[in-house]
Amino acid sequence: MPASEQEMSCGRGPHEDLIRSLKQMLPPESLLTDAEDMRPFECDGLSVYRRLPMVVVLPDTVDQIQSILRLCHTLQVPVVARGAGTGLSGGALPLSNGVLLSLAKFKRILNIDPENAMATLQPGVRNLAISDAVAKYGLYYAPDPSSQIACTIGGNVAENSGGVHCLKYGLTVHNILMLKVVTMEGELLTIGAETLDAPGYDLLALMSGSEGMLAVIVEVTVKLLPRPERAQVLLAAFDDVYKAGEGVGAVIAAGIIPAGLEMMDKLAIQAAEDFAHAGYPRDAEAILLCELDGTNAEVSEHILAVRKILQQSGATEVRTAASEAERQLFWKGRKSAFPAVGRISPDYYCMDGTIPRRQLPRVLRQISLWAEEYGLPVANVFHAGDGNLHPLILFDANRDGELARTEEFGQRILELCVEVGGSITGEHGVGVEKINQMCTQFKADELEQFHSVKSAFDPDWLLNPGKAVPTLQRCAEFGAMHVHHGQLPHPELERF
Amino acid sequence: MLHCDISATLQQQVRRAIECGVPLRIEGGNSKSFLGRETHGEILDVSAHRGIVEYDPRELVLTARSGTPLREVETALAEAGQMLAFEPPHFGDHATLGGTIACGLSGPRRPFCGSARDFVLGCKLINGKGEILRFGGQVIKNVAGYDVSRLMVGAYGTLGVLLEISLKVLPRPAASLTIVQECATAEAIGKMSRLLSQSMPVDGACYHAGHFYLRLSGSEQAVQHSYAHWGGEVMANPESFWHDLREHLLPFFGSGKPLYRVSVKPAIPPLEISGEWLLDWGGAQRWLLSDEPVASIRERVEGSGGHVTQFRGGDRDNDRFQQLAAPLLVLHQRLKSSFDPCRIFNPGRIYESL
Repeated sequence: MPASEQEMSCGRGPHEDLIRSLKQMLPPESLLTDAEDMRPFECDGLSVYRRLPMVVVLPDTVDQIQSILRLCHTLQVPVVARGAGTGLSGGALPLSNGVLLSLAKFKRILNIDPENAMATLQPGVRNLAISDAVAKYGLYYAPDPSSQIACTIGGNVAENSGGVHCLKYGLTVHNILMLKVVTMEGELLTIGAETLDAPGYDLLALMSGSEGMLAVIVEVTVKLLPRPERAQVLLAAFDDVYKAGEGVGAVIAAGIIPAGLEMMDKLAIQAAEDFAHAGYPRDAEAILLCELDGTNAEVSEHILAVRKILQQSGATEVRTAASEAERQLFWKGRKSAFPAVGRISPDYYCMDGTIPRRQLPRVLRQISLWAEEYGLPVANVFHAGDGNLHPLILFDANRDGELARTEEFGQRILELCVEVGGSITGEHGVGVEKINQMCTQFKADELEQFHSVKSAFDPDWLLNPGKAVPTLQRCAEFGAMHVHHGQLPHPELERF
Repeated sequence: MLHCDISATLQQQVRRAIECGVPLRIEGGNSKSFLGRETHGEILDVSAHRGIVEYDPRELVLTARSGTPLREVETALAEAGQMLAFEPPHFGDHATLGGTIACGLSGPRRPFCGSARDFVLGCKLINGKGEILRFGGQVIKNVAGYDVSRLMVGAYGTLGVLLEISLKVLPRPAASLTIVQECATAEAIGKMSRLLSQSMPVDGACYHAGHFYLRLSGSEQAVQHSYAHWGGEVMANPESFWHDLREHLLPFFGSGKPLYRVSVKPAIPPLEISGEWLLDWGGAQRWLLSDEPVASIRERVEGSGGHVTQFRGGDRDNDRFQQLAAPLLVLHQRLKSSFDPCRIFNPGRIYESL
């Protein structure tokens, strides 16, 4: 393999021992060492960060995974696990001196148990494929990240993925029962159980959202839910974004938990409408999409109640989808908001902060002030029910310095989220993207506690090192960066 | 309503215990001290660390200090038409929020609405280095850092002293109704299993002594509609029944025989273990009163993919929870050391080596 620029910069060539041993344990098609073959693995959904790994392995048995990890542990080679590569925070960004472990061949649904409403899956099973496979039993798998057509269950667990139905049905952590994982030392462990709880510590919670830092997930048992008898969606338009925010609070205060409660601001509405022709009112300052599900009787009762509440909150228009096709269309507009924004701007940067809902007016006001200051427009898409804000900063990477300005703007938004009592990431994960903001959200001794949790699973820090949880040294450097108003004091340092 | 922040005092006590190598027995309302293995140590009383720190019903989030009486939390929620949706057992008048979360117990709503750990959003704790740390937060979605808050649920205080807990809370259902049907155990298990694939506003299903109890809760219309589907006798005073089930106050629990908690997949047929059974959680949590040797009970439950907890009665110096596979126990020990390197918090409460 020709030495790439990165390998030269990091001062080491391909690890001959490693490659030789991998060749012995894997069939030739499961091992990629040629730069061109490895190209598809150089980034995940956050494609501004790219790097070729030393080698890509595509095992298809758990035994092979155990052997690979044991080998890497012995040789002290870092490993990055990867599912479908749809992650938005660079969590699956390879390491130039490491192995990229793809779980793409683990695509089988191992068992469907409708009597106990659960299914056991290999980690490479696509999110939507689970619901498709169990539909004949009247069941479905609830978490529905926007990427559900492509993303896989192993990655969903690693990122603790959410979706538009989190408020009522929870995140991945609430919808899984059992995992089989392989530790860096090659040990196969069963975490959780097919029962509703398991003896010992709640390692299932710890594994969820651990971003491939603790162990490699090789099997997932998920909980399935009954398909609601009916789902209906209301679309409400507002002439003021704050009134829409009030409307959200009023629905919750009335004791109704919608299955989904989404908000979009004017720029997002217009982009989505031009793209999906969902019938959104183009002149509205904000719209709310409120989905109610459950039994027929319950949905009918709640639709009437929500309509009234939203009208009282000042909605200029409240519409109920007249048919299932229109309901799908309302959602299509929302779900295509990201690509829609992608059409009106050469590039966009998607943020993922969460805030207590009552802070919405303050946060939106500040974002629009900063948008003017930076000269970068922002479209806001908001999982309003659970306070998860996705501001999309529009920029052009070809313009000098605009990416850097965008990133700085984004960082300020995340820091604001922490300041008002929220979090730097609701569902996309930290990865490499938000690793510096972890220093804002957590104190040094909290980060040290994370480090010792990491060490309990992976004493040599070989699994996905450099992601999700920053070292204290890194935070110190980040702190210094801030004093200098975003001017990097050490541009030679790897900054991700 | 009392408000008192004694976290600095508790931190000092923990630091002193670390210096002197004295194990601590963390205590709130002392209502759940019968659970787990016997643990010895100086008492660390958190009951004075109390008060609701923040509660805005519109946010569906409540934050309270760990010593806050559970009753106080539930009263505040009820005043706003909300509740702890995991319906925690109190097991005594003085149960605290901290103890509830540390023991991770959930009531009859659990299989339908989620467990204690499902509703934990964040916590503040003292670790075994005497540091006060915060994890998670007061927002429903948060994936920054490892989920240490949920790790604390069911850890029985062996990883740290909980100081503050933030929980997601939910509106109380507008209407509720309990129906009772006579049937045999196997038939009840079948009914409960079928509930799992039916869109139905159910939040309680249990079976005992020939009677199947089903609690329907939700909007008025939904409850009436489902009742029409199910039929059966409507229970006159359902609140006290579900309360007594949750609190182990039904006559079944008063027998004095050793009580086992058997956790199995809900559709598992009746287990051939002699004793008296009460099935809760739609069949997933089965209570057993039995004089059979514990090892034989464990073996048979394990054979059907479940696990057993010795809940009340029997030897408290031996394992009360199902044993962990060896590599998993090693991981538990490493995690314990990462939070509590000097092993001062509730040593041995869940397993001898933790």
